[in-house]
Amino acid sequence: MNTQTLKKPDINILKGQTITGKWHKKKYYVVKELGSGAIGTVYLCVYQNVQVALKMSKQSHSITSEVNVLKAFKKVQGHSLGPSLIDVDDYISANGHVYSFYVMEYISGDDLPNFINRNGQEWLFTLLIGFAKDLQTLHDEGYVFGDLKTDNLIVSRKPARLRWVDVGGTTLQGRAIKEYTEFYDRAYWQMGSRKADPGYDLFALAMVILRIYYPNGFSRGDNPRKTLQQKVQLAIRSQSLKQLVGKMLNGDIDKADQVKDYLLQYVMKQNQQTQLRQKRLSQKNQQETSFHPTLEVVSILSISGLCYIYMTLFL
Amino acid sequence: MRTSTLKQILLITDGCSNQGENPASVAAIIAEQGITVNVIGIMEDEHTEQPKGLLEVEEIAGSGQGVSQIVYKQALSQTVQAVTKQALNETLQGVVNKELQQILGSPSTMEELPPDQRGEVMEVVDELGETCDLEVLVLVDTSASMANKLPTVQEALIDLSISMNARIGRSRFSVYQFPGKRKPIQQLVDWTSKLDSITSIFSRLASGGVTPTGPALKEAMHQFGKKSLKRRLFHNEYPDVEEA
Repeated sequence: MNTQTLKKPDINILKGQTITGKWHKKKYYVVKELGSGAIGTVYLCVYQNVQVALKMSKQSHSITSEVNVLKAFKKVQGHSLGPSLIDVDDYISANGHVYSFYVMEYISGDDLPNFINRNGQEWLFTLLIGFAKDLQTLHDEGYVFGDLKTDNLIVSRKPARLRWVDVGGTTLQGRAIKEYTEFYDRAYWQMGSRKADPGYDLFALAMVILRIYYPNGFSRGDNPRKTLQQKVQLAIRSQSLKQLVGKMLNGDIDKADQVKDYLLQYVMKQNQQTQLRQKRLSQKNQQETSFHPTLEVVSILSISGLCYIYMTLFL
Repeated sequence: MRTSTLKQILLITDGCSNQGENPASVAAIIAEQGITVNVIGIMEDEHTEQPKGLLEVEEIAGSGQGVSQIVYKQALSQTVQAVTKQALNETLQGVVNKELQQILGSPSTMEELPPDQRGEVMEVVDELGETCDLEVLVLVDTSASMANKLPTVQEALIDLSISMNARIGRSRFSVYQFPGKRKPIQQLVDWTSKLDSITSIFSRLASGGVTPTGPALKEAMHQFGKKSLKRRLFHNEYPDVEEA
């Protein structure tokens, strides 16, 4: 029986250290730790002058599982589902313990709530439309993202896109969700099972949206369903978004494409309205601007005229 | 490749035993019978508390070939299902490693394979983990100091059942508390696939400061034994179990 992994000491990697792979002998220079979770720790590293993210864990099987998912994504050509996989290897520590790691593309950017607060609400719709499209592709491939939460999402720069960075929870449809976080978990809120189906991701996505309005989250209370309804009512002002989030939470929408279409329609409608408003505004402006210059000219002329009269009369 | 039903004992406690056999040695005997012993040490919210009494937790799980974890009360739900799943995975990896040894001859484990091949083997392990049948006997310490943690334990067990029932394979649970009235352990819930509906099962609390972890584990092992005996005698009454 294999209980070796349990006795392994925690990973102790310092910045400035170089990690050399046991199999492929590639060298990664550690810049800093990016974060650590239940499964492992992610480091920002430099390999051949390129920044990469390296995830290491004492649970070899978790790393292998995640690599399998990233490899499956690789097969979906021409579409960026998650960070691309660069290398898989083992690291042997100074005291002889073996830790598995994989290296992936480093995606830098902002977290979603920060980005929205800085750049405005309208960005939320743009980002979600793109994200829903990616999610649909993932679902079409037979997977469910699973551990969808604010911490696992990054808004990449140029172009601004919402992307997922940690694929640890990605599960084949029909199986039990591999990894989850209570606040985003459908079963925790008693709104469904913990079986991997597209609706599970959409519930979590709705919670990601809610989390923008409630940065510290909220507890589920005695009646979780009611709590959710209340929180949606209180926080979201846009009637359409409120409706959408409600449907995603209730499982009335079970396809990512439906979310995309709904949002697209909403944005189009908004655009038409703003165009109308702008038209009206610009008409008004024209009238005003045509009026202003004459006033100015008259006033300048009259003032200079008064000055001239004053000078000629009294000097 | 087929595996029979995986068996686990999950011990939830908050302190060290003070009566009867050494629980670690009992756990070793249980492991010999192919039953994994996992232990969760549960602490009060105060962060100052040193897990001194909880050192035993690691020791029991170590000799029981299982997984151990020490947690604060709030994190219990996630931990219970994570520990159960991890133990399931480790057991299956053990099974797969044994097969690998037979195929490859030399004593090799998954970790010694190059990463690419490892990925393929992992798919098999994942598949087994999803489809195998699982039996968990939950053994809850209900000595006086556990009183205020029991509602959380109950919630965690419901959550465990939700997680495990999302798998394709069958899962069955039974819940025991210890110490029982005049016996080492007391049955609270008989073997069932769903714990969703359990309510206030920990109503009768034992008073006094006795924590007979060793004897309780031993009794739990016997419960597993009894069950398989019963199964053999009346296998027609338990068709769903026999199929596994």
